[in-house]
Amino acid sequence: MDALIRTEDLSLSFGGVVAAEGIDFRLDVGERLAVIGQNGAGKTTFINICTGFLKPTRGRVWFDGKDVTGMEPRHIVRLGLGRSFQLPQLFLEHTVRQCLEISAAARQGKLSFLKPLARSVDAREIEHTLELVGLRERGSELASSLPEGQRKLLDVAMALMLNPKLLIMDEPTSGVASEDKHDLMATLMRALDERKVTSWFVEHDVDIVSRYATRVAAWIAGKVAADGPPAEVLASEAVRREILGTA
Amino acid sequence: MARLFDIRLLTIAGSLLCLILGLAFPWSKTPIIVGLCFGIATLGVAAMVRAGQVSFGHAMYACIAGYTVAFLARTWPQLDGLLLILAGVGASLVAGAVIGVFVVRYRGIFFGMLNLAISMVLYSMIGKFYSVTGGTDGLRINRPTLLGMEFERAGFETVLLVGTLFAAIGLGVLVQRYFQSASGEALAGIKTNETRLEYLGLSARRVLWNGYLFSAGLVGLSGALFAMVQGLVTPDMGSWLRSGEFVFIAILGGSGHAIGAFLGAAVFELVKLFAAAYMTGVWQMLLGITLIVVILVAPEGIIGLLMRKSALTGPRSGIPGRQSPTRRAEH
Repeated sequence: MDALIRTEDLSLSFGGVVAAEGIDFRLDVGERLAVIGQNGAGKTTFINICTGFLKPTRGRVWFDGKDVTGMEPRHIVRLGLGRSFQLPQLFLEHTVRQCLEISAAARQGKLSFLKPLARSVDAREIEHTLELVGLRERGSELASSLPEGQRKLLDVAMALMLNPKLLIMDEPTSGVASEDKHDLMATLMRALDERKVTSWFVEHDVDIVSRYATRVAAWIAGKVAADGPPAEVLASEAVRREILGTA
Repeated sequence: MARLFDIRLLTIAGSLLCLILGLAFPWSKTPIIVGLCFGIATLGVAAMVRAGQVSFGHAMYACIAGYTVAFLARTWPQLDGLLLILAGVGASLVAGAVIGVFVVRYRGIFFGMLNLAISMVLYSMIGKFYSVTGGTDGLRINRPTLLGMEFERAGFETVLLVGTLFAAIGLGVLVQRYFQSASGEALAGIKTNETRLEYLGLSARRVLWNGYLFSAGLVGLSGALFAMVQGLVTPDMGSWLRSGEFVFIAILGGSGHAIGAFLGAAVFELVKLFAAAYMTGVWQMLLGITLIVVILVAPEGIIGLLMRKSALTGPRSGIPGRQSPTRRAEH
């Protein structure tokens, strides 16, 4: 099977600090990967390189068979790589519905100049997505008025509107009350399943990882220290000692 | 529907008032046309304000258009006024396209100051090249024909008044459509989140450049009309003070709806006329106090205040960095 995303010898240093070192990585269609690791291990840096936000000092990135190393984020996004952020990136002075409408309009590639935004996109698709992520009741409210958990959902929903082949979610449950994390993840996974989107999410909560991932990659000091099925990776000594602190 | 109806009513009432005043008191034609020109220019500045960018140099596009009108009218006196206006707008669009490539790379204070710096270079050049530009004395423009017809001064002003009024209404509708389109909403998205725009596959610079070009064209049109009604162009058309007046009007009127630009321009002109008649020595103070009152009472501008009062405030109706108090209260 061809890899959906693949990296080869990917490396990046900030001065003397090594954020990514010789990472060979691949993710296949249909996988649901959880990336774990302590703060500063290089998880977000790796995402930033793969999505074009940072340029590697060495190595290559291929997405869907195309070399995307050093490409601008918008060009990689157009190839089908969506992303949500640890701090949700929303249009705070737009309503929830407008945020999705702008995303849907962006997917078309060309923004209309005179046609009203709401009429240049498929209203049923917008309503369905709002329903899917549980934000239908808040569609007319400003994005800035949403609590953190719903901001995360909207952030993911905006990326989903692009119909990505791969969605990378950076800590989708951070800042969310622990009792709400499972509901949020269940909602997200339902949305991803419906659209058959391959996903990769960064997560610190072992329960979430065990429950929702089909594969886990453990990051330690800018390298992939372990990679495989959740039970196997979470039981490995290096992960228990360096990440979980249970060894 | 109710909100649209209110704004339509306001537009109709304002337009009729302009016409009646202009026809009943001929001396008022020029200030009304000038006020409408300021309103059109402010529409352009308001487009940038929606993107969270305040330009302190946009008057340069009015100046470029005005001087284009003057040069062409002096070189080919037989050219029709409408062609002169179109040529002026064309020149401002070309200038906006080129300057825009550089300035859209910057944000906030750097965007504002870079526009100011470029406008100051233009201002100085026009002042220094006396043999070409007439220096600070400017260039006179003989009254051209309009649609092939020759008019006396009074008739010329009446035609300009009606034409400018229709242009203002048409452009107000056009700008409002643009604000509500995908491009306009993406432009507003620059104010709050450029990163997300890029991760939606859009170029934030391209979105801003499109808006900048649009705004340059609007300010250019105002400059071409201004030059026609005054019959004179001077470097002051592109001075930083004039750019500041456009920003002043944009804040005064509010950027929540296109009509705010014209409300702001009307209040600005009225205050200036009143001050010129009764408070000659302190007109700047009167304008300053007006702006202070507006910022304190209605940070979203006059149009935002009106919409709030009618409890029909839209989702976004603030000046940069400010959220409608109504919205804050709702949440």
